[in-house]
Amino acid sequence: MAQRSMQMGMHTEKLSGKTQQRFFSPTEEENFLYPDGYDVDFNKRAEFDAGPLSPQEINLKLRELMSQGNGTIVMHNPGAKHSVAVGLLQRLNLHIKGSLGYFGCGLIDGPNITISGRVGWSCAENMLSGRVVIEKNAGSTFGAAIRGGDLVCKGDVGARVGIDQKGGTILIGGRAGAFCGFMMQRGRMIILGDAGMNLGDSMYDGTIYVGGKIAGLGVDAVEGEMTDLEVQWLERKLKMYGLEAPNGAKNLTKIVAGKQLWNYDNLEPSEKKIVL
Amino acid sequence: MCGIAGLIHRRKTGDVGTEMTNMLKSLKHRGPDSTGFALYGQPKGNELVLRFKVAEQEEMSKGFDIHQQVKDRRAEVDKRLKELGAKLIKVEEATEYAFRYRIDFGGDRRKLADYIEDVEGAEILSLGLGLELIKDLGDAARVSGQYKLNGFVGTHAIGHTRMATESDVDIRSAHPYWAYPFADVSVVHNGQLTNYWKGRRALEHRGHRFMSNCDSELIAVYLADKMQQGAKLDDAMRDSISELDGVFTYIVATADSLGMAKDVMAAKPMVLYESDDFIALASEEVAIRSVFPHEIDTWDPYEGEVRVWKAEARA
Repeated sequence: MAQRSMQMGMHTEKLSGKTQQRFFSPTEEENFLYPDGYDVDFNKRAEFDAGPLSPQEINLKLRELMSQGNGTIVMHNPGAKHSVAVGLLQRLNLHIKGSLGYFGCGLIDGPNITISGRVGWSCAENMLSGRVVIEKNAGSTFGAAIRGGDLVCKGDVGARVGIDQKGGTILIGGRAGAFCGFMMQRGRMIILGDAGMNLGDSMYDGTIYVGGKIAGLGVDAVEGEMTDLEVQWLERKLKMYGLEAPNGAKNLTKIVAGKQLWNYDNLEPSEKKIVL
Repeated sequence: MCGIAGLIHRRKTGDVGTEMTNMLKSLKHRGPDSTGFALYGQPKGNELVLRFKVAEQEEMSKGFDIHQQVKDRRAEVDKRLKELGAKLIKVEEATEYAFRYRIDFGGDRRKLADYIEDVEGAEILSLGLGLELIKDLGDAARVSGQYKLNGFVGTHAIGHTRMATESDVDIRSAHPYWAYPFADVSVVHNGQLTNYWKGRRALEHRGHRFMSNCDSELIAVYLADKMQQGAKLDDAMRDSISELDGVFTYIVATADSLGMAKDVMAAKPMVLYESDDFIALASEEVAIRSVFPHEIDTWDPYEGEVRVWKAEARA
């Protein structure tokens, strides 16, 4: 799998120093369970009304239901409350009927979450793995610093999507605001609508695909060349979530790091003074 | 951090006092220092509503002989109003230091404002046909209860919960700001303006007055200055995107309109709900949900975006 993703150009980073890149291995148990994870059955289903509960009570309720073995949970009336469904570190099917406020689904590792409404700022921040699918719009800093998994918003999103993205895939069905992919380090971002100004500003690595107009590229973000393997990957990814590129996957605009920023040279500080 | 909110009934009037109180209660966590409301009621002919204070809340517990001073200051304001030919229709005492006067006055409003504010400790919070601006220390429930805002019927309103970051915790630094000397213009703001002093000096040279050291006041005076030069509200707001420096999202209200503007960095939040009859916008969706508990479609306005909505009921 790692070899194929390398072939597709998904890992272009030249890593050094303390930075490590570990690939997912289904044989390693540690990839699936945290020490305090719950043993759940996906066929066991529970529903609850989040309307009268505080965010803390909602998150405790989710844990209570998981501790009873429920692997499928339906949450009603979340009421755009903040910090709901956070820190879920295991497999779980969670269906949220309504909208979330800020920091929803943050720090998750593994669950499959669907949200029928909208999400506020910083949805799925620091997500490690799993899948979050939002049917309506999303606020700014959507998927900030995510490291893995699929984060999908079928509507429009605000500014700074995938700021500091370190892996995974962010997929946006509509338009996105300014500074998307700011300091992006790895992973993929697909924006099917228009993208705001300063797209990919100061990105280190990773790839951004845009279906609509780009208001402006950020510092060191440049247009890249699409490969056949990437087109295949994009088509499959879009199909998974019932989305289509406006003019076909092969006509998406690909944006990558130009790698001309100071941090990509090999000069010692003393040499910089001479050269720059 | 600060929380801002706005709402407008496009085709009818509503209990905007209760609605804005609920919205600001939901934003309490964004700023506990002070709360302010700019409510737009139904004008009664040419009758003006004057909201003013003659002392800060803090002074009432610390000032020497403050209770007598407040009485003296108010008496001086009454005397000056009479001098300028203003007829008092109704006088209400919201607190010991803040008052609501309904007056009949056909003269120069700027002259009236300047003359009243020349009284020591006096500050006009608002002067207008429909606008009533109320602000004080404390959260929304306290301020709304103190000034009896529940049940206030009108077409639109804006509000603010303040976390003081750049100026004092007092009424003069609380939002909304009345865009002196424009009768019915008010502003609330979330963010920081980095060219505040430069902008303030330029506007002071043009003859405008500032009552506080709060950067948000600059937006109100800036818009007032633009409109004084003949600009329409939305044009003045568009100019502000490039001429005001910093990160900001602000809401402005006039006698018949509600508008919002967001800087090009889009660093400050705003969530918008828009329907044929009603517009609500706030720093967080929870505030809108306090008016609409059911599922609604909302979104974030984009960087550099300016929007203005009209209250057709006032047209």
